[in-house]
Amino acid sequence: MTILIVLICLAMLAIIVVQISRVRELSAAIRGEDQAARRRTDRNGVGFLAFLIAFLVLTIGSALYYRDSIIGYGPWDSASEHGGLIDSMINQTLFFTGIVFVATHIALFYFAYKYRETARKKAAYISHDNKLEIIWTAIPTVVMTYLVVGGLDTWNQVTADVPEFINEQPAQIGVNYNEIEATGYQFAWDIRYPGADHLLGTKNFRLISSSNSLGQDWEDTKNHDDFIASEIVLPVNVPVRVRITSKDVLHDFYMPHFTVKMDAVPGMPTYFVFTPIITTDSMRNRLRNEPAYQVPYDETDPEAGMRWELFNFELACAELCGTGHFSMKKIVRIVEQAEYDDWRKEQQSTYLASVRNTDEDPFKGRPVQVELDLQRRTLVSNLTNAVSAVDSADLVVRLDNVTFETASAALLPVSSFELENVVGVLQQNPTMMFEIVAHTDNVGDSGTNRILSQSRAQAVADYLRKKGIPASRISNVRGYGDSKPVGDNLTEEGRAQNRRTELVVVPARPIGATTQEL
Amino acid sequence: MQTLITRPQNEQVFIEQDGYEDHFHEHHEEDKYRSSFITKYIFSMDHKVIAKQFLITGMFWAIIGAAMSLIFRLQLGFPAEDISFLEPFLGKWITVNAEGTGKLSSEFYYAMVTMHGTILVFFVLTAGLSGTFSNLLIPLQLGARDMASPLLNMLSYWFFFLSGAVMFSSLFLSTGPFSGGWTAYPPLSALPQASTGSGAGMTLWLVSLALFVVSVLLGGINYVTTVLNLRTKGMSMWRMPLTIWAFFVTAMIGLLSFPVLLSGFLLLMFDRGMGTSFYLSEIFIGGQALDHVGGSPLLYQHLFWFLGHPEVYIIILPAMGIVSEVLSVNSRKPIFGYKAMVYSILAIAFLSFIVWAHHMFMSGVNPFISNFFVIFTLIIAVPSAVKVFNWISTLYKGRVRFTSANLFAIGFVSMFISGGLTGIWLGNSAIDIRMHDTYFVVAHFHIVMGVAAFFGMYAGVYHWFPKMFGRFMNETMGKIHFWGTIISAYAIFWPMHYLGMAGVPRRYYSFETFDFTNQFGAMNAFITIGAFVSFSFQMLMVINFFWSIYKGKKMTTRNPYNANTLEWTTPIEGIHGNWPGKIPTVHRWAYDYGKFGEDSIPQYIPVSDAEREADKAMVH
Repeated sequence: MTILIVLICLAMLAIIVVQISRVRELSAAIRGEDQAARRRTDRNGVGFLAFLIAFLVLTIGSALYYRDSIIGYGPWDSASEHGGLIDSMINQTLFFTGIVFVATHIALFYFAYKYRETARKKAAYISHDNKLEIIWTAIPTVVMTYLVVGGLDTWNQVTADVPEFINEQPAQIGVNYNEIEATGYQFAWDIRYPGADHLLGTKNFRLISSSNSLGQDWEDTKNHDDFIASEIVLPVNVPVRVRITSKDVLHDFYMPHFTVKMDAVPGMPTYFVFTPIITTDSMRNRLRNEPAYQVPYDETDPEAGMRWELFNFELACAELCGTGHFSMKKIVRIVEQAEYDDWRKEQQSTYLASVRNTDEDPFKGRPVQVELDLQRRTLVSNLTNAVSAVDSADLVVRLDNVTFETASAALLPVSSFELENVVGVLQQNPTMMFEIVAHTDNVGDSGTNRILSQSRAQAVADYLRKKGIPASRISNVRGYGDSKPVGDNLTEEGRAQNRRTELVVVPARPIGATTQEL
Repeated sequence: MQTLITRPQNEQVFIEQDGYEDHFHEHHEEDKYRSSFITKYIFSMDHKVIAKQFLITGMFWAIIGAAMSLIFRLQLGFPAEDISFLEPFLGKWITVNAEGTGKLSSEFYYAMVTMHGTILVFFVLTAGLSGTFSNLLIPLQLGARDMASPLLNMLSYWFFFLSGAVMFSSLFLSTGPFSGGWTAYPPLSALPQASTGSGAGMTLWLVSLALFVVSVLLGGINYVTTVLNLRTKGMSMWRMPLTIWAFFVTAMIGLLSFPVLLSGFLLLMFDRGMGTSFYLSEIFIGGQALDHVGGSPLLYQHLFWFLGHPEVYIIILPAMGIVSEVLSVNSRKPIFGYKAMVYSILAIAFLSFIVWAHHMFMSGVNPFISNFFVIFTLIIAVPSAVKVFNWISTLYKGRVRFTSANLFAIGFVSMFISGGLTGIWLGNSAIDIRMHDTYFVVAHFHIVMGVAAFFGMYAGVYHWFPKMFGRFMNETMGKIHFWGTIISAYAIFWPMHYLGMAGVPRRYYSFETFDFTNQFGAMNAFITIGAFVSFSFQMLMVINFFWSIYKGKKMTTRNPYNANTLEWTTPIEGIHGNWPGKIPTVHRWAYDYGKFGEDSIPQYIPVSDAEREADKAMVH
C-alpha cells in the first residue's frame, strides 16, 4: 500500500514538474527570450560555482570521515609485509591524482562560470597552442613513468615466488616459509596443511569422493600426514606460500586485511606469497581503542563480547562463483610460533583419521611410514613416561604393534618396526631394567594359552637380546595366558585388548618418591 | 577593415550554386525509395530513422537495465526490508518467509546484476549511443545522402532488435536469465550444474550476443565505408568534425575486436554443447568428475577482454566526440587543439588493443606478463589527459551557452576526470591487488564509462533532438534533469570508492557474512536512495523526450545554434537523401567560431583570398 502511495506521489510530482516546465517556457516567450535566457545562464553559472565548492568539500570531507575504515589507514595498517609497499604506492598515486582532480575541477567549473554567455562578451578565437599541448603531454608522461616504475617494482616484489620454490629446493619448506593449500569450491574453502614432512601430497580431481574431498592420491605417501584445518592458522612473521586451487568454477582467494588476492582456477594451481606481521591478539588490542569497536559484537547478545574482542581476520571469495559467492568465509588466525606449533600437534592427518585400512587405502594391511612414525612417537613417549613414572600404571608400555601368527609364537615381520624402536629407546637408557610379559584372550585351553604367552614373551626377549640388549637388563620374561584380562572376553574388541605384549619398566626407585626425597 | 567573410544572402540558393551535383534526384520521382508506411517507419533504410530506432530501443533497454539495478540495490541497501510487494512482478524470485517478509532470492540477484551489466554495456551504451549518433551524424555531417549501404544499415538495427528480443525472452525462463556476471567467465558460464542461470539462460545470452556482434559488424563496416568514401567535395579527413573522427575510430575498434569476442563465444558454445574442453579442465562438480581436461579458463578471459577493453572505448569515444562538438558550438570557440584531439583518439584506439590483460592481473596469468600491460595501461592516461585539458581550454575565454546539452557536456568532463583518475590506480597492478573486484572498480567504471557515457549521450540527445524531431526538448526539464543527475550520480558512485578501499568485494548478495563487509549499512542505504532519486530524474528525461516529440517548441530556423557543421543546412523536416538539391561543398574545417570576429562561419562558406591572407598574417 505504501508503495502505491509512493508511486502515485512520484507520478504527481512528474506531472507538476512537466507543468511548471511548460509554464516557464511560455513565460520566457512572453518576457522575451533574451532576458530569460540571461537569467537562466547566470543561475546555471552560479550553480557550477556552488557545485564546485560543495563537490570538493564533500569529496575531501567524506574521504577524511571514512579514512579510518580504509585498509592502510588508522588501525588498519596492513597486516602483511607487502601490504605496506602497496599502501605507499596508493599514497603516491593519491597524491598525484588528487592534485589533478582538484586542479582540473576548479578550472572546468570556474571557466564554465567565468565565461558564461553575457550580452557583451565575445568569444576569443584560440584554436590551438602547440607549446601548451607539448607541456601537458610531457607532464602526465613523466608522472606516469614515475608511477609505472614504482608500481612495477612493487608488483614484481610482491608476486615473486619464494626463492626455494623457484630453485626447486623444497628442503627449506617449513624452515624459511610454510606452504599451505587453499581449494575453493561452491561454496567454501578447504585448507590443507602439509604434515611433518612440510610437503603437500599430490591430488587428482578424479579421486574426489565423499570421503576424499580434495582428491588426495593416497598412493603418494606425502599425503599421509596432510591435514585439513577448519580455519587458517599461521605463525606471525613467517612467509606463507598459499597454493590456490579450485575444484569447480573460478574462485578468488581473498584476504582483505593482508592485501592477498588471487584467482583459484580449476586445472591450474596459482600461488600467493605473503608474510603476516601482526597476530590476531595484537590486532584486537589495537582495535580496543577504536570507538567503533567498543560496542557489543551482537546487539541481541551483549554478553558475548565487544567487537574488538571478537575481531577476526577473514578469508573471502572475490571472483563470482555462483549463488553462494558472498558466503565463502573462513576465519584466519595469526598466532605466535609456539602457539602455532601446539595447534599443529592437535591436528590429525586425514589419511590416518579416516582412510587408513579402509577399502580406499592402497596400503591396507601394509605398514606405512607415517603410521610407523606415529607408532614410534607414541612408543618413545610412553617409554619415556615409564622411565620417570610417578604412577605404577605408566610403567606398563603396551607393544601394540608386536604381533604373532594365530596360535604361534613366531613374530610377524611387521613386529620388527616396533621392536627396533624399543631397542632404540633401551639403548638410550642403558641402566633401565624391565620385564617382558605376554597375555592371551580366553579362546582355547587355559593351560595352552599360558604356554603360548610364555613362548611369545620369550620370542620378544630373544629378539631384544639378539639386537644387543644385555640379558641382565631383562629382569623377568612371563606369560600370563588369559589370567589377567583388561577387556571383556565376551566381545571381539575386548578379546583384542586382552591379546597383548607388554614391556614393564622396573622402577629404579620407589614409585611416588620425588627427586628431592632421594 | 574589409570584410573577410562573405556570407551568401540565401543559404539554399548558394548551396544550389556552389554545391556538388550527384544526380541523386534526376532519375526518380519525388521519393527515391517509394516509401510505404512500413518501409518508412519500420523497415526503413533512411539513416535518420534508423538512428531514432536505435535511440528509442536503447532508451527501452536503459529503463529495463536501470530498473534492474533498483531491484538489486534494494537488496543491498535495505536487506532486512520486506519487498513482497514485488511478488506480483517477480513471482518465485521473491521468497517469502514464515513471517511474511519477502526477500530477493540470491539467484535472481545475480541474474539482475548480470543482465544490468550486459544490457547497459551492449544494448544501451554500444547500440544506443554509437548506433544512434553514428547513424544520425555520419551522413549528415559528411554531406552524404545516406550510409554507403542503407540495406546493411537497416539489417544492423534489426539484428540488434532480434538480439534484444532473444535477451528479453531469457528474462522469462523458469530457470532464470544468465546469472554469472556480464563477463560470463567459464566454467561458471559453461556448466549448467554450476548455476541455474547457466542453463537455458546462458544459451539465450550467447545467441543474443552473437546476433549483437553481427549487428555491430554490419553497422561498423557501413560507418567506416561511409566515412572513407562518401565525404562531400572538399570534406578532407582533417576537416571532419570530431564527432565523425570518434565514430569512425569507434567503428574500426569494433570491427577489429568484436569478431574476437564472437570466436570466444563460439568456443564457449562448443564447450557447452559439444563436449570440447577449450576452457574446462579438471572439474569436479555436482558430485562427479567431468571428462574435460586440458583447457584453460584464462583463454576465455583473454578473448573476452580483447574485446572487453576496446569495448569501453567503443562506449566512451562517441561520447567524447559528441562532447567535443557540443562544447565547441556552445562555447562559440573552436575546439582547442583539434589535431591533438584527433591524435589522442587514434592513440587511445591503438592502445586500447594492448591493455586487455589489466583486467586479469589477479586471474593467475604469469605476473611477468602484467608488466607490459601496466605500462601501456598507464600510458593511456596521457592522451586522455590531453583531451581533458583541451576541453577545459575550449571553455577558456569562450562565450559559454548553458543549453542542457552543454551542461551535460561539461558534466561529462567532470565525470571523465573523476573516473579516469581512478583508472590510474587500477591500471597499476600493485594497487590492483588491493582494489581488484572490490567496489572501487564498480565506482571507477560506472563513473568513467557509465555515467560519463550517459552524459555524452544526453548531450547528444538534447543537442540534436531538433535535427531528429524538428522540435526542441524542454530546457527547464533538461536543466532539472542535469542538476539532479550529476548530484545523484556522484552520490551513488563516490561513496563506493570507500567501500572498495575498505575491501568490500563487488557482486555480493549480502554483506552480513563477513565482519569486514558488514560495517557500511548506512552508506549502502544512502547509495540505494541515491539510485532511486537518480532513476526518477532519468524518468523525467524520458517524459521530456516523448512529450517534446509532440509538444516541444518547434524549430523555426535551420540552424538554431549557429553551428558550422553540415547537418544544420538540411531542411527542418528531414527528407530521405538529406538535401533537396545539390550536396553542399565544404571549404573549411568545422570549428571556425569567433574567427575574425565572426560568431560562426559554416563549413560551406568559401574562403576568400582576403581571408587566406589574414590567415597567413595570423600564423606569423
